[in-house]
Amino acid sequence: MFDFLDSGQYDVLGAFWVTVQLTLYSAAGSLIWGTALAGMRVSPVPLLRGFGTAYVNLVRNTPLTLLIIGCSLGLNQTLGIALGGSTFKEIGFRLAVLGFIAYTGTFVCEALRSGINTVPLGQAEAARALGLSFFQVLTLIVLPQAFRAVVAPLANVLIALTKNTTVAAAIGVAEAALLMKEMLENEPQALFAVFAIFALGFVLLTLPTGLLLGWVAKRVAVKR
Amino acid sequence: MSSVLYDTPGPKAKVRNWIYSGIFVVLFGLVLWWALSLMGEKGQLDADKWTPFVTDSRVWTTYLLPGLLETLKAGALAMVIALPLGALLGIGRLSDHAWVRGPVGTWVEFFRAIPVLMLMLFGNALMAPRFLDVPSDTRPFWAVVMGLVLYNSAVIAEIVRAGVLSLPHGQSDAAKAIGMRKGQTMVYVLIPQAVTAMLPALVSQLVVILKDTAIGGALLGFAELLSMNRQISANYSNAIATLVVIALIYIAVNFALTSFASVLEGRLRKSKKSTGAVVGVNDVNDMATGANSGGI
Repeated sequence: MFDFLDSGQYDVLGAFWVTVQLTLYSAAGSLIWGTALAGMRVSPVPLLRGFGTAYVNLVRNTPLTLLIIGCSLGLNQTLGIALGGSTFKEIGFRLAVLGFIAYTGTFVCEALRSGINTVPLGQAEAARALGLSFFQVLTLIVLPQAFRAVVAPLANVLIALTKNTTVAAAIGVAEAALLMKEMLENEPQALFAVFAIFALGFVLLTLPTGLLLGWVAKRVAVKR
Repeated sequence: MSSVLYDTPGPKAKVRNWIYSGIFVVLFGLVLWWALSLMGEKGQLDADKWTPFVTDSRVWTTYLLPGLLETLKAGALAMVIALPLGALLGIGRLSDHAWVRGPVGTWVEFFRAIPVLMLMLFGNALMAPRFLDVPSDTRPFWAVVMGLVLYNSAVIAEIVRAGVLSLPHGQSDAAKAIGMRKGQTMVYVLIPQAVTAMLPALVSQLVVILKDTAIGGALLGFAELLSMNRQISANYSNAIATLVVIALIYIAVNFALTSFASVLEGRLRKSKKSTGAVVGVNDVNDMATGANSGGI
């Protein structure tokens, strides 16, 4: 049943390694960008609030596929932006990560904002009574508590991101979904075996993430 | 306008906010100027790249509107099939019998763990002549619908479960008190109320479905809205303008749906007739992290 794997022409583990790399780079970037967006959306400056709100609403309602294809067709092929990559493989990977960060950042931002809402008013009032500035209130008092409340929602965002990395196949990044597509075209008789391999791969990627972060969420949640 | 984080700004804070606004405007302007000058260099700002969308009605009648129609058709059909399927799975997960709960829970968790693109690829291969033999011109459409149904019925199962669990305990207690059986309680008391509670979450799930149809356009040759960018930019060589217009169409449709969902949510929370149980847009995810949703 799995004999088509013996020919050695399919590097399943390598493809999943690309998926994992895409996920990790995009997750790190989205966390930074999402936190910045959340900071803008709760800031006292109306202009920053407006920008944050507009960005989140526009990008969240755009299909991820369109953003990824836009990174490739628009930024790279039309405008010639390569993000410092030299080979086709490198450029595609970096463009995909850029698209994922732009998209996932909005979800991180919304999760954080809901976390900021779980911090009791009294905390921020006490901090302001001590004379801390907005920036200090945000970074020293509110965000540390908000982060602890949003581990579970952020875990969901991370799991969704892991699954979303498959969209990078649309611009030819050699990750799991693209290999699956190729295998289904070459080995149509082994449809169920191929599907089983890739499904198992994703279950193995997402299930431990969910379990681990679920446990962490319970551990670090602020008991109120 | 004051919030948790800051007081209503006084004179000093107002000045500071103006300064921050100024810095932001300058930075944003620089980025915009850089992007526009780059586009100008490559001729992407020329009028003839953008005017077709206003002057040439064929762009709309030949490409954009038929593409949008395909997108909406696939999305609506997937939703219509996934909804009853998801309801059955959701009720199955709430069953008192372990032999129903276990397999259904496993099924739901399995299909939520797999990327929708892979389910579409699987559907596409399953419809090849070797197995189901769907004619090749409609195959991409059905493959997309199948992938969306498999994935979203599992998600909707979670929404249904959350909807039933969000109802006050008194509802099922009262049903028991007047002598209803488990099945009757479910059919006459819990499900009708849960459906109302679920509406906002279901509408926002429809947005997710519509966005996911674009995956089929990029990888399976499904002729939906996004895939039209190839034909249009082949005719006018205006890749960026086309993508911007297509994005705006998606944003308009999805924004309308999202606004509708939040209006619905607000009205349900306030309404006197219901028990006030609402599954919000964010509740489903929080309740169903792979970690703390039983099942497996």
